[in-house]
Amino acid sequence: MIRTEELLLNVGPQHPSTHGVFRIIVRLDGEIITEAIPVMGYLHRGTEKLAENLNFTQIIPYTDRMDYVSAMTNNYVLCHAVEKMMGIEIPERAEFLRLIVMEMQRIASHLVWWGTYLLDIGALSPFLFAFSDRERILQLFNELCGARLTYNYMRVGGVKWDAPEGWIDRVKTFVKDMRLRLDEYHNLVSGNEIFLSRLKGIGKYDADTAIAYGLSGANLRSTGVEWDLRKTEPYSLYDRFEFDVVTGKNGDCYDRYLCRMGEIEQSIRILEQALEQFPGDGETMGKVPRVIRPPAGETYVRIESPRGEIGCHIVSKGKAEPYRLKFRRPSFVNLQILPKLLVGESMTNLVTILGGIDIVLGEVDC
Amino acid sequence: MSEEIKKDGETAGTEPTAQPEDNRSEAAPETAPSEPQTEPAPAASAEEAAAPSEPAQAAEPAASTAEPAAEGGEAAPPRRKETEEEKAARRKAALEAREAAKAGAAQAKAAEAAAPAASSGDGGEPAAPPKPPSPNQPRLDRAVQLLKELVAEDAVEEASLNELNDDLPTLVVKNERWPAAAVLFRDHEELGCRYLRNVSGVDYETYMEVVYYPLNMERRETYCVKVRTDRENPSVPSVTPVWETANWNEREIYDLLGIDFPGHPNMTRIMMPDDWVGHPLRKDYVPLDPEV
Repeated sequence: MIRTEELLLNVGPQHPSTHGVFRIIVRLDGEIITEAIPVMGYLHRGTEKLAENLNFTQIIPYTDRMDYVSAMTNNYVLCHAVEKMMGIEIPERAEFLRLIVMEMQRIASHLVWWGTYLLDIGALSPFLFAFSDRERILQLFNELCGARLTYNYMRVGGVKWDAPEGWIDRVKTFVKDMRLRLDEYHNLVSGNEIFLSRLKGIGKYDADTAIAYGLSGANLRSTGVEWDLRKTEPYSLYDRFEFDVVTGKNGDCYDRYLCRMGEIEQSIRILEQALEQFPGDGETMGKVPRVIRPPAGETYVRIESPRGEIGCHIVSKGKAEPYRLKFRRPSFVNLQILPKLLVGESMTNLVTILGGIDIVLGEVDC
Repeated sequence: MSEEIKKDGETAGTEPTAQPEDNRSEAAPETAPSEPQTEPAPAASAEEAAAPSEPAQAAEPAASTAEPAAEGGEAAPPRRKETEEEKAARRKAALEAREAAKAGAAQAKAAEAAAPAASSGDGGEPAAPPKPPSPNQPRLDRAVQLLKELVAEDAVEEASLNELNDDLPTLVVKNERWPAAAVLFRDHEELGCRYLRNVSGVDYETYMEVVYYPLNMERRETYCVKVRTDRENPSVPSVTPVWETANWNEREIYDLLGIDFPGHPNMTRIMMPDDWVGHPLRKDYVPLDPEV
């Protein structure tokens, strides 16, 4: 008889599969996890505290650094919240540009997830494919705003820079290529036998659990709940375009995978329509007072980021700086379910489940 | 250009409350101008302070005359370094002047009520025609009614529609009644908020507040529920047993604002190190090491 004893194992804080600095303490019985304790805060920079001494335009670069894989949507949620409080009208061209970059960002973000997730599971080549396509998006963003990751592109009332000459055409070419590439990705991975056996039925939960844990994004939709803020509470111009909310039904890692892949396709659809309807000329900045002072009061504004519902709760006292600024970060809320999912799973599935949630640590810690 | 600037100029002329002494013109050549640029902060406050002393001019020209002087460090007479007290005094004077200007501007605005408000930025209440009742009003009334009937008569302290947030029904629930009210919010078929969107904590300096946003997904209806607590021993009953979402959110609020949540399964810090002193998001928080 083999003598077994409980093993306490430390995963992280520096571990390739944690995509940032995140630590999980796991208690193991043989290969089976009996308890998992997440430890976070390694990337906590006190963004909310810093924001209390900055005016709203100065906060925008800080939002870039929260979810650094999807900076455009973070820019948007802050600007949108302030615009809502002040009742600022956004010129159509600016709103179109915002929507286009947000959807491109969604594709880029899902590509990063797709590449690194497969890397975690043990497939190297998808990572190279994904990053070469993402590179094209980053190049386009670079042309637009001069940055590859922390764009600082949006402003309260519009966007900082208009699209350069020929930019829209280049995006059109990219979108056309991306459609073909997506089919290729499905061919390459989605039906792979090993891949399926690693993902199907792993990290499973039902819709009620997902709702109780406040999950959002693909984590929620994989259980069959049709909840996408672009559809259910439309903001920006999303009510003008046709697209579907991609849902799964089993709530396992494989359905989450399919949801995200489906979302890339829907983003392509939105982009195709938006690029077609893009207004030929117009302003890129609305009428904004010189000093941005939202009226006293508070508001909670939320949009659909690639990871789920990102929200911005502003409490204003009528000053140029927020009195209190709280971000509802989807990664932080989604990660809560991890300890529950890990119990009873084998150690090899830890990475599959953690990766399937799709977190960005800059956003978890904020 | 901007209204803001004009206001400053006009009203400062009528009410010259602050007379900031202009240290910059006293050229005391004690400190050699080793670096040509002065620090931006004093320069900026000096501009503000200079504006009320020149009533005839608008603030903008005043600023523009001040700026070259600040930049052309070598040509201009070297400046004496200010002491901290002087800086503080000047800043205070500038602030007072600005407050006075604002008050004056508000009066002026009230006088010319006929003029259309350019923006809602000032929070000024233009005498608009009475608005039609919001479609959310019945929802708010019903929620208040349900809480009073099924939880307790004194459960609701305040109820209003938040105009800045699409007339969101906003309720302030009495601290002790909150756990029962939360269960009602989740389970009652007319409220049915099974999803908790967000939990925020706010330090209002005289009291603290925890703000919850429960959501009914089927009907796509959000509520805003606030629970207040005093600042000395802040404590709000935990709703983690009701919504699992609240778990880490409450820990984060405890960590950053120091609000205790009795009933929480694991009330420990989540962002800051376990041995951290103080709660950083409180308004009276003093950093242990000011250098950092």
